[in-house]
Amino acid sequence: MTYQFDFGAVLEYWPQLAHGCALTLSMTLLSVLAGLTIGLLTMLAGRSRWRPLRLLAVGYIELVRNTPFLMQVLFLYFGLPQLGIGITPWPAAIIALSLNSGAFAAEIIRGGVEGIPRGQFEAGAALGLHPLQVLRFIVLKPAMRVIYPALSGQFVLLLLTSSIVSAISAEELTAVAQQIDTTTFRSFEIYIIATALYLLMALLFSQAFKAVERRAFSYPQK
Amino acid sequence: MQSLIEMTGVQKYYGSFHALRDVNLTVRKGEKIVLCGPSGSGKSTLIRCINHLETIQQGSIVVDGTRLDGSMRTIDAVRMEVGMVFQSFNLFPHMTVLQNCTLAPIRARGIDKAAAETTARRYLERVHILDQAAKYPAQLSGGQQQRVAIARALCMEPKVMLFDEPTSALDPEMVKEVLDTMIVLARDGMTMICVTHEMGFARQVADRVIFMADGQILEEAAPDAFFRNPQHPRARAFLGEILAHH
Repeated sequence: MTYQFDFGAVLEYWPQLAHGCALTLSMTLLSVLAGLTIGLLTMLAGRSRWRPLRLLAVGYIELVRNTPFLMQVLFLYFGLPQLGIGITPWPAAIIALSLNSGAFAAEIIRGGVEGIPRGQFEAGAALGLHPLQVLRFIVLKPAMRVIYPALSGQFVLLLLTSSIVSAISAEELTAVAQQIDTTTFRSFEIYIIATALYLLMALLFSQAFKAVERRAFSYPQK
Repeated sequence: MQSLIEMTGVQKYYGSFHALRDVNLTVRKGEKIVLCGPSGSGKSTLIRCINHLETIQQGSIVVDGTRLDGSMRTIDAVRMEVGMVFQSFNLFPHMTVLQNCTLAPIRARGIDKAAAETTARRYLERVHILDQAAKYPAQLSGGQQQRVAIARALCMEPKVMLFDEPTSALDPEMVKEVLDTMIVLARDGMTMICVTHEMGFARQVADRVIFMADGQILEEAAPDAFFRNPQHPRARAFLGEILAHH
Protein backbone atom coordinates (compact mmCIF):
# COMPACT_ATOMS: atom_id res chain seq x y z
CA MET A 1 0.00 0.00 0.00
CA THR A 2 1.31 3.36 -0.96
CA TYR A 3 -1.53 5.45 0.39
CA GLN A 4 -0.32 8.16 2.76
CA PHE A 5 -2.76 8.99 5.51
CA ASP A 6 -3.25 12.67 5.97
CA PHE A 7 -5.72 13.43 8.72
CA GLY A 8 -4.37 16.96 8.92
CA ALA A 9 -5.84 17.84 5.53
CA VAL A 10 -9.28 16.84 6.82
CA LEU A 11 -8.98 18.21 10.32
CA GLU A 12 -8.43 21.64 8.85
CA TYR A 13 -12.14 21.52 8.25
CA TRP A 14 -12.97 21.05 11.92
CA PRO A 15 -15.22 24.15 12.10
CA GLN A 16 -17.39 22.66 9.33
CA LEU A 17 -17.39 19.28 11.08
CA ALA A 18 -18.40 20.85 14.38
CA HIS A 19 -21.11 22.76 12.58
CA GLY A 20 -22.28 19.49 10.98
CA CYS A 21 -22.45 17.81 14.39
CA ALA A 22 -24.45 20.69 15.80
CA LEU A 23 -26.87 20.49 12.87
CA THR A 24 -27.26 16.73 13.25
CA LEU A 25 -27.88 17.08 16.98
CA SER A 26 -30.42 19.86 16.64
CA MET A 27 -32.16 18.09 13.75
CA THR A 28 -32.42 14.94 15.86
CA LEU A 29 -33.56 16.78 18.98
CA LEU A 30 -36.33 18.58 17.08
CA SER A 31 -37.42 15.31 15.49
CA VAL A 32 -37.39 13.52 18.84
CA LEU A 33 -39.69 16.13 20.37
CA ALA A 34 -41.99 16.21 17.35
CA GLY A 35 -41.87 12.41 17.05
CA LEU A 36 -42.79 11.99 20.70
CA THR A 37 -45.75 14.32 20.27
CA ILE A 38 -46.87 12.60 17.08
CA GLY A 39 -46.39 9.22 18.77
CA LEU A 40 -48.58 10.22 21.72
CA LEU A 41 -51.31 11.65 19.49
CA THR A 42 -51.22 8.58 17.24
CA MET A 43 -51.47 6.29 20.26
CA LEU A 44 -54.52 8.29 21.43
CA ALA A 45 -56.05 8.14 17.95
CA GLY A 46 -55.48 4.40 17.96
CA ARG A 47 -57.51 4.13 21.19
CA SER A 48 -60.28 6.42 19.97
CA ARG A 49 -63.90 5.32 19.95
CA TRP A 50 -64.16 6.76 16.47
CA ARG A 51 -63.28 4.12 13.89
CA PRO A 52 -61.99 6.44 11.09
CA LEU A 53 -59.48 7.88 13.56
CA ARG A 54 -58.29 4.40 14.56
CA LEU A 55 -57.91 3.44 10.89
CA LEU A 56 -55.97 6.62 10.21
CA ALA A 57 -53.57 5.78 13.05
CA VAL A 58 -53.07 2.21 11.87
CA GLY A 59 -52.64 3.33 8.25
CA TYR A 60 -50.02 5.89 9.17
CA ILE A 61 -48.08 3.48 11.37
CA GLU A 62 -48.10 0.68 8.81
CA LEU A 63 -47.18 2.99 5.94
CA VAL A 64 -44.19 4.46 7.73
CA ARG A 65 -42.93 1.23 9.26
CA ASN A 66 -43.14 -0.77 6.05
CA THR A 67 -41.49 1.61 3.60
CA PRO A 68 -37.82 2.68 3.36
CA PHE A 69 -36.95 5.91 5.08
CA LEU A 70 -35.01 7.03 2.02
CA MET A 71 -38.22 6.78 -0.07
CA GLN A 72 -40.12 8.81 2.50
CA VAL A 73 -37.53 11.59 2.39
CA LEU A 74 -37.32 11.59 -1.41
CA PHE A 75 -41.09 11.66 -1.72
CA LEU A 76 -41.45 14.58 0.69
CA TYR A 77 -38.70 16.63 -0.92
CA PHE A 78 -39.07 15.84 -4.62
CA GLY A 79 -42.64 14.52 -4.78
CA LEU A 80 -44.58 17.20 -2.95
CA PRO A 81 -43.32 20.19 -4.98
CA GLN A 82 -44.96 18.59 -8.03
CA LEU A 83 -48.27 19.15 -6.25
CA GLY A 84 -47.28 22.76 -5.72
CA ILE A 85 -46.12 22.25 -2.14
CA GLY A 86 -42.67 23.78 -2.13
CA ILE A 87 -40.35 22.69 0.66
CA THR A 88 -36.69 23.30 1.45
CA PRO A 89 -34.32 20.49 2.50
CA TRP A 90 -34.15 21.14 6.23
CA PRO A 91 -37.89 21.30 6.92
CA ALA A 92 -38.38 18.30 4.62
CA ALA A 93 -35.77 16.39 6.63
CA ILE A 94 -37.32 17.35 9.98
CA ILE A 95 -40.80 16.39 8.80
CA ALA A 96 -39.60 13.06 7.43
CA LEU A 97 -37.65 12.21 10.58
CA SER A 98 -40.54 13.28 12.83
CA LEU A 99 -43.13 11.28 10.91
CA ASN A 100 -40.80 8.29 10.91
CA SER A 101 -39.96 8.35 14.60
CA GLY A 102 -43.59 9.23 15.44
CA ALA A 103 -44.84 5.98 13.96
CA PHE A 104 -42.30 3.88 15.84
CA ALA A 105 -42.86 5.83 19.05
CA ALA A 106 -46.64 5.34 18.73
CA GLU A 107 -46.22 1.58 18.68
CA ILE A 108 -43.80 1.58 21.60
CA ILE A 109 -46.05 3.86 23.69
CA ARG A 110 -49.11 1.77 22.83
CA GLY A 111 -47.28 -1.30 24.10
CA GLY A 112 -46.46 0.51 27.33
CA VAL A 113 -50.02 1.68 27.90
CA GLU A 114 -51.40 -1.78 27.20
CA GLY A 115 -48.96 -3.21 29.72
CA ILE A 116 -50.42 -1.17 32.58
CA PRO A 117 -52.69 -3.34 34.75
CA ARG A 118 -56.41 -2.90 34.14
CA GLY A 119 -56.89 -2.12 37.83
CA GLN A 120 -55.10 1.21 37.35
CA PHE A 121 -57.59 2.29 34.67
CA GLU A 122 -60.49 1.05 36.82
CA ALA A 123 -59.31 2.84 39.94
CA GLY A 124 -59.09 6.08 37.96
CA ALA A 125 -62.51 5.60 36.41
CA ALA A 126 -64.07 4.68 39.76
CA LEU A 127 -62.72 7.95 41.17
CA GLY A 128 -64.63 9.87 38.51
CA LEU A 129 -61.73 10.67 36.18
CA HIS A 130 -62.33 10.71 32.42
CA PRO A 131 -60.43 8.34 30.11
CA LEU A 132 -58.03 11.06 28.94
CA GLN A 133 -57.36 12.13 32.53
CA VAL A 134 -56.71 8.51 33.48
CA LEU A 135 -54.18 8.27 30.67
CA ARG A 136 -52.51 11.56 31.45
CA PHE A 137 -52.32 11.40 35.22
CA ILE A 138 -52.33 7.70 36.04
CA VAL A 139 -51.15 5.59 33.13
CA LEU A 140 -48.63 7.63 31.18
CA LYS A 141 -45.79 7.89 33.65
CA PRO A 142 -45.64 4.22 34.69
CA ALA A 143 -46.01 3.28 31.01
CA MET A 144 -43.17 5.61 30.01
CA ARG A 145 -41.03 4.14 32.73
CA VAL A 146 -41.44 0.67 31.29
CA ILE A 147 -40.85 1.62 27.67
CA TYR A 148 -38.21 4.26 28.28
CA PRO A 149 -35.24 2.03 27.30
CA ALA A 150 -36.98 1.00 24.06
CA LEU A 151 -37.98 4.57 23.32
CA SER A 152 -34.53 6.00 23.91
CA GLY A 153 -33.04 3.26 21.75
CA GLN A 154 -35.43 4.29 19.01
CA PHE A 155 -34.31 7.90 19.31
CA VAL A 156 -30.61 7.01 19.21
CA LEU A 157 -31.43 5.14 16.02
CA LEU A 158 -33.08 8.32 14.76
CA LEU A 159 -29.81 10.18 15.25
CA LEU A 160 -28.09 7.66 12.99
CA THR A 161 -30.95 7.58 10.49
CA SER A 162 -30.68 11.34 10.12
CA SER A 163 -27.56 10.81 7.98
CA ILE A 164 -29.87 9.62 5.19
CA VAL A 165 -31.29 13.13 4.73
CA SER A 166 -27.98 14.05 3.09
CA ALA A 167 -29.69 12.50 0.04
CA ILE A 168 -31.75 15.66 -0.32
CA SER A 169 -28.71 17.75 0.61
CA ALA A 170 -30.15 18.82 3.92
CA GLU A 171 -27.14 20.16 5.77
CA GLU A 172 -25.91 17.95 8.59
CA LEU A 173 -22.82 15.93 9.43
CA THR A 174 -22.99 13.43 6.55
CA ALA A 175 -23.58 16.16 3.98
CA VAL A 176 -20.66 18.14 5.42
CA ALA A 177 -18.45 15.05 5.25
CA GLN A 178 -19.36 14.51 1.63
CA GLN A 179 -18.49 18.13 0.80
CA ILE A 180 -15.11 17.79 2.49
CA ASP A 181 -14.55 14.54 0.60
CA THR A 182 -15.16 16.19 -2.76
CA THR A 183 -12.74 19.01 -1.94
CA THR A 184 -9.94 16.98 -0.36
CA PHE A 185 -10.37 13.50 -1.91
CA ARG A 186 -9.44 12.15 1.55
CA SER A 187 -12.36 9.70 1.68
CA PHE A 188 -10.85 7.31 4.23
CA GLU A 189 -9.92 10.03 6.67
CA ILE A 190 -13.07 12.06 6.45
CA TYR A 191 -15.49 9.12 6.69
CA ILE A 192 -13.69 7.49 9.57
CA ILE A 193 -13.74 10.81 11.41
CA ALA A 194 -17.43 11.35 10.63
CA THR A 195 -18.18 7.80 11.79
CA ALA A 196 -16.34 8.43 15.04
CA LEU A 197 -18.31 11.63 15.51
CA TYR A 198 -21.61 9.74 15.06
CA LEU A 199 -20.46 7.15 17.57
CA LEU A 200 -19.60 9.89 20.03
CA MET A 201 -22.93 11.66 19.55
CA ALA A 202 -24.89 8.40 19.89
CA LEU A 203 -23.13 7.59 23.16
CA LEU A 204 -23.77 11.13 24.41
CA PHE A 205 -27.42 10.80 23.46
CA SER A 206 -27.78 7.52 25.37
CA GLN A 207 -26.16 9.09 28.42
CA ALA A 208 -28.47 12.09 28.22
CA PHE A 209 -31.49 9.77 28.04
CA LYS A 210 -30.22 7.84 31.06
CA ALA A 211 -29.82 11.07 33.01
CA VAL A 212 -33.41 12.03 32.22
CA GLU A 213 -34.55 8.54 33.22
CA ARG A 214 -32.89 8.78 36.63
CA ARG A 215 -34.56 12.12 37.30
CA ALA A 216 -38.03 11.48 35.88
CA PHE A 217 -38.72 7.92 36.97
CA SER A 218 -37.13 7.71 40.36
CA TYR A 219 -40.24 6.63 42.31
CA PRO A 220 -39.79 3.33 44.16
CA GLN A 221 -41.16 0.18 42.66
CA LYS A 222 -41.58 -3.26 44.11
CA MET B 1 -85.46 5.66 54.98
CA GLN B 2 -84.50 6.87 51.57
CA SER B 3 -82.94 4.39 49.12
CA LEU B 4 -79.52 5.22 47.71
CA ILE B 5 -79.15 2.36 45.26
CA GLU B 6 -81.89 0.62 43.37
CA MET B 7 -81.15 -2.24 41.03
CA THR B 8 -84.16 -3.58 39.19
CA GLY B 9 -84.29 -6.60 36.90
CA VAL B 10 -80.58 -6.42 36.13
CA GLN B 11 -79.30 -8.89 33.55
CA LYS B 12 -75.63 -9.05 32.63
CA TYR B 13 -73.92 -11.26 30.07
CA TYR B 14 -70.29 -11.83 29.19
CA GLY B 15 -70.81 -13.11 25.67
CA SER B 16 -73.08 -16.07 26.19
CA PHE B 17 -72.28 -16.39 29.90
CA HIS B 18 -75.16 -15.14 32.03
CA ALA B 19 -73.32 -13.31 34.83
CA LEU B 20 -76.24 -11.61 36.61
CA ARG B 21 -79.73 -13.07 36.49
CA ASP B 22 -82.59 -10.74 37.30
CA VAL B 23 -80.88 -8.99 40.19
CA ASN B 24 -83.09 -6.77 42.33
CA LEU B 25 -81.48 -4.92 45.19
CA THR B 26 -82.37 -1.83 47.16
CA VAL B 27 -79.85 -0.25 49.50
CA ARG B 28 -81.03 2.40 51.91
CA LYS B 29 -78.98 5.28 53.17
CA GLY B 30 -76.69 4.14 55.98
CA GLU B 31 -77.22 0.46 55.32
CA LYS B 32 -74.32 -2.00 55.45
CA ILE B 33 -74.60 -4.97 53.20
CA VAL B 34 -72.32 -7.96 52.95
CA LEU B 35 -72.38 -9.89 49.69
CA CYS B 36 -71.13 -13.44 49.86
CA GLY B 37 -71.20 -16.59 47.83
CA PRO B 38 -68.91 -19.00 46.02
CA SER B 39 -66.34 -17.59 43.58
CA GLY B 40 -67.77 -16.87 40.17
CA SER B 41 -71.23 -16.24 41.61
CA GLY B 42 -71.38 -12.64 40.36
CA LYS B 43 -70.74 -10.69 43.59
CA SER B 44 -67.95 -8.56 42.18
CA THR B 45 -69.78 -8.15 38.90
CA LEU B 46 -72.81 -6.88 40.80
CA ILE B 47 -71.00 -4.11 42.64
CA ARG B 48 -68.96 -3.19 39.56
CA CYS B 49 -72.22 -2.52 37.72
CA ILE B 50 -73.17 0.07 40.34
CA ASN B 51 -70.33 2.42 39.30
CA HIS B 52 -70.49 1.35 35.67
CA LEU B 53 -67.17 -0.48 35.55
CA GLU B 54 -69.36 -3.13 33.95
CA THR B 55 -72.28 -2.47 31.63
CA ILE B 56 -75.58 -4.26 31.96
CA GLN B 57 -77.76 -5.57 29.15
CA GLN B 58 -81.14 -5.22 30.82
CA GLY B 59 -82.76 -3.67 33.84
CA SER B 60 -82.04 -0.40 35.58
CA ILE B 61 -79.64 0.93 38.17
CA VAL B 62 -80.43 4.16 40.01
CA VAL B 63 -77.85 5.66 42.35
CA ASP B 64 -78.85 8.59 44.51
CA GLY B 65 -81.59 9.55 42.07
CA THR B 66 -79.45 9.24 38.93
CA ARG B 67 -80.36 6.47 36.54
CA LEU B 68 -77.31 5.04 34.72
CA ASP B 69 -78.17 5.28 31.03
CA GLY B 70 -74.69 4.86 29.54
CA SER B 71 -74.17 8.60 29.03
CA MET B 72 -70.99 10.25 30.30
CA ARG B 73 -73.15 12.63 32.35
CA THR B 74 -74.86 9.95 34.42
CA ILE B 75 -71.71 7.86 34.74
CA ASP B 76 -69.83 10.89 36.08
CA ALA B 77 -72.62 11.80 38.46
CA VAL B 78 -72.74 8.28 39.88
CA ARG B 79 -68.97 7.82 40.16
CA MET B 80 -68.70 11.07 42.13
CA GLU B 81 -70.98 9.58 44.78
CA VAL B 82 -69.67 6.02 44.81
CA GLY B 83 -66.26 5.12 46.23
CA MET B 84 -64.63 1.80 45.49
CA VAL B 85 -61.94 -0.26 47.17
CA PHE B 86 -60.37 -3.06 45.16
CA GLN B 87 -58.90 -6.39 46.10
CA SER B 88 -55.52 -5.40 44.64
CA PHE B 89 -55.51 -1.84 46.12
CA ASN B 90 -54.72 -0.23 42.76
CA LEU B 91 -52.83 2.67 44.26
CA PHE B 92 -50.97 4.80 41.71
CA PRO B 93 -47.31 3.77 42.06
CA HIS B 94 -45.77 7.04 40.82
CA MET B 95 -47.61 9.23 43.31
CA THR B 96 -47.12 9.68 47.02
CA VAL B 97 -49.86 8.63 49.41
CA LEU B 98 -51.01 12.23 49.63
CA GLN B 99 -51.02 12.67 45.84
CA ASN B 100 -53.02 9.46 45.47
CA CYS B 101 -55.62 11.01 47.73
CA THR B 102 -55.78 14.44 46.11
CA LEU B 103 -55.69 13.54 42.40
CA ALA B 104 -59.40 12.89 41.93
CA PRO B 105 -60.71 15.66 44.20
CA ILE B 106 -58.56 18.14 42.26
CA ARG B 107 -59.12 16.78 38.74
CA ALA B 108 -62.63 15.36 38.92
CA ARG B 109 -64.24 17.58 41.55
CA GLY B 110 -62.24 20.71 40.76
CA ILE B 111 -61.29 21.38 44.36
CA ASP B 112 -58.17 23.51 44.85
CA LYS B 113 -54.98 21.79 45.93
CA ALA B 114 -54.79 23.19 49.45
CA ALA B 115 -58.35 22.21 50.30
CA ALA B 116 -57.86 18.76 48.76
CA GLU B 117 -54.74 18.23 50.88
CA THR B 118 -56.54 19.27 54.05
CA THR B 119 -59.30 16.78 53.32
CA ALA B 120 -56.77 14.10 52.43
CA ARG B 121 -54.88 14.58 55.69
CA ARG B 122 -58.12 14.30 57.61
CA TYR B 123 -59.00 10.95 56.04
CA LEU B 124 -55.43 9.64 56.23
CA GLU B 125 -55.55 10.45 59.94
CA ARG B 126 -58.82 8.59 60.17
CA VAL B 127 -57.31 5.41 58.71
CA HIS B 128 -54.25 5.94 60.97
CA ILE B 129 -51.71 6.39 58.22
CA LEU B 130 -51.09 10.13 58.12
CA ASP B 131 -47.45 9.56 59.10
CA GLN B 132 -46.89 7.81 55.75
CA ALA B 133 -48.35 10.62 53.62
CA ALA B 134 -45.07 11.40 51.84
CA LYS B 135 -44.25 7.78 51.00
CA TYR B 136 -44.87 5.91 47.78
CA PRO B 137 -47.18 2.87 47.66
CA ALA B 138 -44.30 0.45 47.09
CA GLN B 139 -42.87 1.52 50.46
CA LEU B 140 -45.97 0.43 52.38
CA SER B 141 -47.24 -2.96 53.54
CA GLY B 142 -50.35 -4.46 51.96
CA GLY B 143 -52.52 -3.49 54.91
CA GLN B 144 -51.23 0.07 54.82
CA GLN B 145 -51.81 0.28 51.08
CA GLN B 146 -55.39 -0.87 51.46
CA ARG B 147 -56.02 1.71 54.18
CA VAL B 148 -54.64 4.39 51.87
CA ALA B 149 -56.99 3.09 49.15
CA ILE B 150 -59.89 3.50 51.57
CA ALA B 151 -58.79 7.04 52.43
CA ARG B 152 -58.37 7.83 48.73
CA ALA B 153 -61.95 6.79 48.02
CA LEU B 154 -63.23 8.72 51.06
CA CYS B 155 -61.52 11.92 49.86
CA MET B 156 -64.17 12.19 47.15
CA GLU B 157 -66.69 12.27 50.03
CA PRO B 158 -68.88 9.58 48.46
CA LYS B 159 -72.32 8.62 49.68
CA VAL B 160 -71.70 4.90 49.20
CA MET B 161 -68.58 2.77 49.48
CA LEU B 162 -68.16 -0.45 47.54
CA PHE B 163 -65.61 -2.97 48.79
CA ASP B 164 -64.54 -5.71 46.38
CA GLU B 165 -62.89 -8.40 48.51
CA PRO B 166 -60.72 -5.80 50.26
CA THR B 167 -58.85 -8.29 52.45
CA SER B 168 -58.43 -11.22 50.04
CA ALA B 169 -54.99 -10.15 48.81
CA LEU B 170 -53.64 -9.44 52.28
CA ASP B 171 -51.35 -11.47 54.49
CA PRO B 172 -53.37 -12.79 57.45
CA GLU B 173 -51.75 -10.47 59.98
CA MET B 174 -52.88 -7.43 58.00
CA VAL B 175 -56.52 -8.37 57.59
CA LYS B 176 -57.49 -7.02 60.98
CA GLU B 177 -56.19 -3.49 60.49
CA VAL B 178 -58.22 -3.17 57.30
CA LEU B 179 -61.37 -4.67 58.82
CA ASP B 180 -61.02 -2.37 61.85
CA THR B 181 -60.89 0.60 59.49
CA MET B 182 -64.03 -0.61 57.74
CA ILE B 183 -65.79 -1.15 61.06
CA VAL B 184 -65.08 2.43 62.12
CA LEU B 185 -66.41 3.62 58.78
CA ALA B 186 -69.56 1.57 59.27
CA ARG B 187 -70.06 2.92 62.79
CA ASP B 188 -69.82 6.45 61.41
CA GLY B 189 -72.84 5.74 59.26
CA MET B 190 -71.35 5.17 55.81
CA THR B 191 -73.51 3.24 53.39
CA MET B 192 -71.48 0.19 52.41
CA ILE B 193 -71.67 -2.82 50.16
CA CYS B 194 -68.90 -5.29 50.88
CA VAL B 195 -68.03 -8.38 48.93
CA THR B 196 -66.13 -10.40 51.49
CA HIS B 197 -65.67 -13.81 53.03
CA GLU B 198 -64.96 -12.29 56.43
CA MET B 199 -67.95 -13.65 58.27
CA GLY B 200 -66.87 -12.11 61.58
CA PHE B 201 -67.06 -8.71 59.91
CA ALA B 202 -70.48 -9.57 58.48
CA ARG B 203 -71.78 -10.54 61.91
CA GLN B 204 -70.41 -7.39 63.47
CA VAL B 205 -71.53 -4.69 61.06
CA ALA B 206 -73.91 -5.98 58.40
CA ASP B 207 -77.56 -5.02 58.41
CA ARG B 208 -78.19 -7.60 55.74
CA VAL B 209 -76.24 -10.49 54.29
CA ILE B 210 -76.93 -11.32 50.68
CA PHE B 211 -76.02 -14.72 49.34
CA MET B 212 -75.40 -15.17 45.63
CA ALA B 213 -74.73 -18.17 43.43
CA ASP B 214 -74.69 -18.52 39.64
CA GLY B 215 -75.44 -14.83 39.14
CA GLN B 216 -78.57 -14.88 41.25
CA ILE B 217 -79.44 -13.54 44.66
CA LEU B 218 -80.60 -16.67 46.48
CA GLU B 219 -80.99 -15.40 50.00
CA GLU B 220 -81.19 -12.12 51.90
CA ALA B 221 -81.31 -12.06 55.67
CA ALA B 222 -80.09 -10.35 58.81
CA PRO B 223 -76.67 -11.77 59.70
CA ASP B 224 -77.92 -13.60 62.79
CA ALA B 225 -80.64 -15.39 60.91
CA PHE B 226 -78.37 -16.07 57.95
CA PHE B 227 -75.60 -17.65 59.99
CA ARG B 228 -77.83 -19.52 62.39
CA ASN B 229 -80.40 -20.75 59.98
CA PRO B 230 -79.62 -20.37 56.27
CA GLN B 231 -82.63 -21.26 54.15
CA HIS B 232 -81.24 -22.08 50.74
CA PRO B 233 -79.35 -25.38 50.39
CA ARG B 234 -76.56 -23.62 48.44
CA ALA B 235 -76.19 -21.12 51.30
CA ARG B 236 -75.99 -23.95 53.81
CA ALA B 237 -73.35 -25.73 51.76
CA PHE B 238 -71.38 -22.49 51.34
CA LEU B 239 -71.47 -21.62 55.05
CA GLY B 240 -70.53 -25.18 55.93
CA GLU B 241 -67.44 -24.81 53.78
CA ILE B 242 -66.23 -21.46 54.95
CA LEU B 243 -67.00 -21.86 58.60
CA ALA B 244 -65.20 -25.20 58.64
CA HIS B 245 -61.98 -23.31 57.96
CA HIS B 246 -62.48 -20.61 60.56
